[in-house]
Amino acid sequence: MVIKPAAVRSGRGDEEGNVVDQGKKTFGYYPGCELRTRAQALDISARKACETLGITLKELKDWTCCGSLVAQVKDNYMALLAPARVLLQAHAQGFNELATLCAFCFNTLRRASFFLERHPEARRKLATFLEVEMLPQVRVLHLLEVLRDSVGFDRIREAVRRPLQGLRVAPYYGCLLLRPAQEIGLDDPEEPTLMEGLLKALGCDVVDFRSRTDCCGSYHIVTNQGVAAQCAQVILHSAVDAKADFLVASCPVCQFNLDWSQAGHGNTGVPVLYFAQLLALALGEPAETLGFDERGAAALRESS
Amino acid sequence: MSLLLSLGRKDGLAKEVAALSEQNLYACYQCGKCTAGCPVASIMDDPPHQIVRFLQLGDADKALKSSTPWACVGCLTCASFCPKGVDLARIMEALRTVRLRRLDAPFRYTQEDGEWLSNLPQSAVVAAMRKVTW
Repeated sequence: MVIKPAAVRSGRGDEEGNVVDQGKKTFGYYPGCELRTRAQALDISARKACETLGITLKELKDWTCCGSLVAQVKDNYMALLAPARVLLQAHAQGFNELATLCAFCFNTLRRASFFLERHPEARRKLATFLEVEMLPQVRVLHLLEVLRDSVGFDRIREAVRRPLQGLRVAPYYGCLLLRPAQEIGLDDPEEPTLMEGLLKALGCDVVDFRSRTDCCGSYHIVTNQGVAAQCAQVILHSAVDAKADFLVASCPVCQFNLDWSQAGHGNTGVPVLYFAQLLALALGEPAETLGFDERGAAALRESS
Repeated sequence: MSLLLSLGRKDGLAKEVAALSEQNLYACYQCGKCTAGCPVASIMDDPPHQIVRFLQLGDADKALKSSTPWACVGCLTCASFCPKGVDLARIMEALRTVRLRRLDAPFRYTQEDGEWLSNLPQSAVVAAMRKVTW
């Protein structure tokens, strides 16, 4: 498979890979349920960081559930309703680009939007059901993508007030940020560099660890905890082997599975942080406002 | 290991799975890279590549009754590894869909699950409900 430059794959650049809308400042923002409950730290720290970087995230009014996972068969129209409704809300409120943070929301909305663009039959049926003339095209972005393409890691490096030197971090992508590459196109599905780029700009010491694109067990946490624990332990041990002080994730479910597995199935002592927390910290926000858990806060005090 | 296959059953399941998943089942040449990369292969009755083999050989029942599609969590490691561009996760989803549409799912939530569920990330709960229950 030929991997095109990231800016082309995400539809945000010309054919040579030059980003065409660098400098764009205002984005629609879809937080999703997790960011209002267990993963508030991700929401709060991302908002603070964006404010400092001059990016305005305008939260979608009255947003509804993204549907959590997209159906992978061609005629499951019911499963497309939830994401289609969110895309419709975004368009009605004047956003043709919607930024997300939760990997579940990002993957679901981006894939649903990709599917609807290519399946006129599905588009027609859903439009009829939702009682609209036609379904709009909305570009779904991840905040990491906004940081890379619209802000740029060089500008972030310049904006850093408190370089996170000496922090050995293992960037953990998981599945939903990367796969399927033809539909997501955020980065290379097997050798991604996006989080590495950001974390290096913050001054972190980024370790190379083998499990960075492995699955955390995802929703098996609900139906088959044994295998979820097994998946999480593989990732944790891989981080330990790479001598990482922290795992850095972007997905609230990965974060939960990794922490839950440490609590009951073998504690490797590796705190799991969100990338946005480290970003806001490096940009000068006080650590106590960024929602670090006890383990993370203690480890951060130790390493600084 | 011996396998008993009921070959050539004409129930059309392979066709149905191919249509639902929009994948060419016969593109698979059984290299096993999907199985090698699968993070949940340890809890599967049959390794992932064998499910495709069952479908290729026309033993639909074996593919349909296996625990394998229900163990697949859709991480798409297999799809990114496959040298023939087969998206195995879609085939697994098609097999789940066939059974869900027959109201034949292996999981049902009960009242007792409530307390455990309330502690979990809601996106995982919603995802599980949409993937493994009807």
